[in-house]
Amino acid sequence: MNRAVSRPQPRVSVGGPWNKVTGAFGAIARTTSGPVYLVLLVVFIICFAVVTIDGGEFLSVDNVRDMLVRSVALGIVAAGQTLVILGASLDLSVAYVISLSSLLGAETMDGQNGQIITGIGLVLLVGLGIGLVNGIVITKLRVNAFIATLGVGLIIRGYLEANYAGPAGKSAPDFLKLGFESWGPIPLSVILLFAVVGAVWALLRWSRFGNRLYAVGGDEQVAKLSGVRTHRVIITAHVLCALAAAITGLFLASRLGAGSPLVGQEASYDLQSIAAVVLGGTYLLGGRGGVLGTLAGVLILAMLDNTFDQLEVDPFAKDVARGLIIIAAVAAYSVRWRRRRRSEQAAAEGVEPPAGGTPALQEGRTT
Amino acid sequence: MSARPAPVPEPPAGAGQSRTEQALGLAAAAFRGTAIVWLLLIALWVAIGIKNPNSLTPEQLVLYLKRAAPLAILAIGAYFVLASGEFDLSVGSLVTVVVVVAARLNDGDPANTLPVLALLFALGLAVGLFNGFCTTILRVPSFIVTLAMLLMLSGAVFLWTKGAPRGALADNFRSIGREGIDGFPVLNQLPYSVIILLAIGGIAIWLARGGFGRRVLAVGDNDRAAALSGISVHRVRIAAFVLSAISAVIAGIILGGFAGVTAQVGIGLEFQAITAAVLGGTVLGGGRGSVTGAIAGALVLQALFMLLNLYGVDRALEQAFTGLIIIGAVSLAGFRARGG
Amino acid sequence: MSAESETSEKAPSGAAGGPPLLEMRGISKEFYGVRVLDKVDLDCKAGEVHAIVGENGAGKSTLMKILVGAYTPTEGEVRIEGEPVSFSHPLEGQHAGVSIIYQEFNLLPDRSVAENIFLGREPKRGLLVDRRQMEERSAEILEQLAPDDPISPRAQVGLLSVDRQQTVEIAKALSLDSKIVVMDEPTAALAAHEVERLFEQIERLKERGIGVVYISHRLKEIFEIAERVTVLKDGERVDTKRPSEVTSPDLVRMMVGRELDQYFPQRADAGSRGPVKLRLRGAANYLLSNIDLDVHGGEILGLAGLQGSGRTELARAIFGADPFDTGKLELDGKEREIRSPREAVAAGIGFVTEDRKSEGLALMQSVRDNVALAWRGLRRSLRKQHELEIGELTKAVELRARGLGQEVRFLSGGNQQKVVLAKWLATEPQLVIFDEPTRGIDVGAKAGIHDLIRGLADEGVAVIMISSELPEVIGMSDRIIVMRHGSIAGELAAGPTEAEIMFLATGERDIDVDQPAATAAGGERQQQEEEEEGS
Repeated sequence: MNRAVSRPQPRVSVGGPWNKVTGAFGAIARTTSGPVYLVLLVVFIICFAVVTIDGGEFLSVDNVRDMLVRSVALGIVAAGQTLVILGASLDLSVAYVISLSSLLGAETMDGQNGQIITGIGLVLLVGLGIGLVNGIVITKLRVNAFIATLGVGLIIRGYLEANYAGPAGKSAPDFLKLGFESWGPIPLSVILLFAVVGAVWALLRWSRFGNRLYAVGGDEQVAKLSGVRTHRVIITAHVLCALAAAITGLFLASRLGAGSPLVGQEASYDLQSIAAVVLGGTYLLGGRGGVLGTLAGVLILAMLDNTFDQLEVDPFAKDVARGLIIIAAVAAYSVRWRRRRRSEQAAAEGVEPPAGGTPALQEGRTT
Repeated sequence: MSARPAPVPEPPAGAGQSRTEQALGLAAAAFRGTAIVWLLLIALWVAIGIKNPNSLTPEQLVLYLKRAAPLAILAIGAYFVLASGEFDLSVGSLVTVVVVVAARLNDGDPANTLPVLALLFALGLAVGLFNGFCTTILRVPSFIVTLAMLLMLSGAVFLWTKGAPRGALADNFRSIGREGIDGFPVLNQLPYSVIILLAIGGIAIWLARGGFGRRVLAVGDNDRAAALSGISVHRVRIAAFVLSAISAVIAGIILGGFAGVTAQVGIGLEFQAITAAVLGGTVLGGGRGSVTGAIAGALVLQALFMLLNLYGVDRALEQAFTGLIIIGAVSLAGFRARGG
Repeated sequence: MSAESETSEKAPSGAAGGPPLLEMRGISKEFYGVRVLDKVDLDCKAGEVHAIVGENGAGKSTLMKILVGAYTPTEGEVRIEGEPVSFSHPLEGQHAGVSIIYQEFNLLPDRSVAENIFLGREPKRGLLVDRRQMEERSAEILEQLAPDDPISPRAQVGLLSVDRQQTVEIAKALSLDSKIVVMDEPTAALAAHEVERLFEQIERLKERGIGVVYISHRLKEIFEIAERVTVLKDGERVDTKRPSEVTSPDLVRMMVGRELDQYFPQRADAGSRGPVKLRLRGAANYLLSNIDLDVHGGEILGLAGLQGSGRTELARAIFGADPFDTGKLELDGKEREIRSPREAVAAGIGFVTEDRKSEGLALMQSVRDNVALAWRGLRRSLRKQHELEIGELTKAVELRARGLGQEVRFLSGGNQQKVVLAKWLATEPQLVIFDEPTRGIDVGAKAGIHDLIRGLADEGVAVIMISSELPEVIGMSDRIIVMRHGSIAGELAAGPTEAEIMFLATGERDIDVDQPAATAAGGERQQQEEEEEGS
């Protein structure tokens, strides 16, 4: 009997095919955002090929610049949204915060360069306040984040619709530069996008807040037992998310030259930002993912948009394609994740994978 | 933890309870979860009555029910999806699709109303099946699936109508949402939409009390335990999504009648429906709630809109009040649930 | 077995003459009037491994939870380095230098090793987390713990093997400058060579003057690493001994200390064994290999083995939750394929899972709905007469609840288990699998559950019972299958000794130091007989 069970126990290699890929690419691919970059690459190749065959230019400086500029607004909100989703929360109020910020910014500036600082300051302050309210309602009143931020969004929306019928205010002339000028070949707005994404990335990687956010989103109980003040982390994430939305609003005020009560809802930045985050490989239930994935998600959407535009596909067909691609990508991530979990579990149990074959060591126990 | 009963003095289950006691207990339990929404409804109606006693006449009440019917039907659909532990964000755009597609196909011709209705239900079935399939088999979070469905539906319908809704609904189609049985005693007119609401409410309550409803709650409460008890979690959730989509089709048919053909008709309805269900005691994440609560939640929202209207509050500020009341009611309900 | 004379020398000078590192005096704990710990004393010196043994339910984990601050004692005093302490939260325990390594790790699988070790206490430089310092300090600790093959501080925890995850937990405790480290069944999920590595790590903790409180079922380990061993039974301390003063059978006697038979219902006599209900041949999936098994109607087949040996996995595979990929499964002599729990329930199989709360019950639903859960899984409608039947079933299992409408989450553990039982009785099953049916259930209710299980078998139902409590397996089973590493290690007839089971479960002959040859041989002989009989 003893011989029947004293077989050697090979360790199963976990992590699937990614483990075999070495070097820098392998390191990236093994992160949770790994497959996102693969999707980005595939989408890039397809878009490039399709547009080129169609006789368009995909990689021209102008076209790349155009794609990037169009990613700025969504990219900034989505960067903020990444933070709350990593903390297992979400923010449905961002669209209204964006509209509100564009109006507050443009009205405060009122076409005067001298008011730029005041305008920006005021908008950021309001964003901070809204984020605080969101975070406090979720943590202290323990209202589900979905309902809490939906409610806060409705309050802002009510204020907007009651006070504004259409565009209002006037962005200061110097402030318009943010939306339209370039620094060398790179548009200022793109620099802003990369600055925000970079800041969020640095925050996640290099700050205590970032480390703890992953912990709170991954397993709140473990975080608590390790001494993390979970409420504070969630509130901070919401404040930062609302600030990102406020910055988006300012950027849009600069692009439009005025504030608009509908600019946030029209592009449905609330739902689109959540979609971009999830497309970017961040787990909707928190604790897994990152802002670089989100950036990739936003770029995937921008490339698709651009390609459809160049092919002169009907704008509404874009939405259909976009929806399908989001579902397909997220389904692919979840399948991959389950596979990995399964092989981990087998490894943890010390059992050989069935593919390896079970040696006929137990021939003694036949019927 | 403190709520754990002392183990000794309990009688064996089911013993020594008369039927009336059991019924009373059931009623009390049903009321406990949704007490807040009923109190809120009464308070709102008292406020409405004080401002305008005329609105308490049967005719006015029926009109109010008529207006509340689409949202109440959507809330019923939302209840099943939420109780099973999922989200459906696609119902608002499905309502729009129903109205726009119906107008284009119906094109004012009363003769093809029936086939169009059949087609709309088939469409709803397909949408519900797709949502359910992607959520369960492909394991994409329902939030994302139905969000993508929202995008796809609005994109598809505008693609098909080239940007602007065209065509018109035939009179017999519109009468579903507009008209009713005339000369009804006391009420003057009993609107079809109210009949539909009552019928659907009845069916939904029957479904919810029966095996299906219990399976939905079990799946939402603990899908692992449900699966290990032999419940087909996938099937239950897919069915919930189908019910939600069908409710959106019915709401769309009614709304097409009295709101007319616009591309804005469904905007935000998904959130209102979820809000109504949550106000009525449905717990996001699943496992708890009731159909009657969801209907009451929809009635509360409608009463709230009416009250704000009566007090001359800007239509826009309605939103703000709604937001405040939702947060307030949900946090209050949460505290009560934890306390009790 | 040798270390006790050396440790006092190894221990740092500060602790030598003063009070012991840890002193627990007269600790009692009551839950809802039930006394689970009664005036227990325990102390631990610096650089000492103090083992605690006892059956499940003896109060080991309650005592440890009091030590780390997860529970507050009803009476008694805890002193650390002579200072009385009282913790109201595990964090306070941590600050005072007490860490615990639970069986279920408190780790974030998606984060790196260093991030896990320093969670909540990330070193900073200026405003930023000093990742380099974090990784260097982690590397330093990890290097000490496993100098041959140190874990990279950047590795993702979820991708490490179980023993390495445990090393991360130990590293976390060290990074907290813990003086006392509690280990709760640390070897339960480890393979033999991993256990060796763990012991090396424990030696290093001792060298640093850390006191280790070590809980284990495996007596062999205690003789290998402990300086002293305390035996708990039914919430009381039986004795504290040096391993050199006792033998393994002595410890078992102290732990069990009662006649087994009087606690368990009468076994079935050989004649009442019915035909084969379930037959497995060469069944395997990604967690199990080559399972051959017969279960007869009317018998209770005990399924023993260490945690992670594949017992629960086998149950889940039979039940279709993680179906077999290969092999043959027969029910009542007919070959069947069971691909989902749904098909299993339809085929007349019931599964009382180990974790009632997460796998057995819908806690927010009523007793009525939970009893009807599996029934409804079969999509059978619930008519008036069934309502009555539910009432009958709850009476049959002697459920104590306020009524059928009461939410299950308000019931006690024993009553919740009865609801689960009633749920399966409602489906009139042919085969019921019990996974740790009495875990977390108080002693009085246990006997009731045991009677119900035996009653089921007496009615001709085939029963598979998984249990980690050896007395339970031995007392209840008509036949015992022992599992190890995902396959069947052997089979024993009714009433084997604990040593025989442990021998098969661990594959280690010297589990019982005094009579190894006899039991091992006896075990093998018995198996051979079984096999001959079966073929």
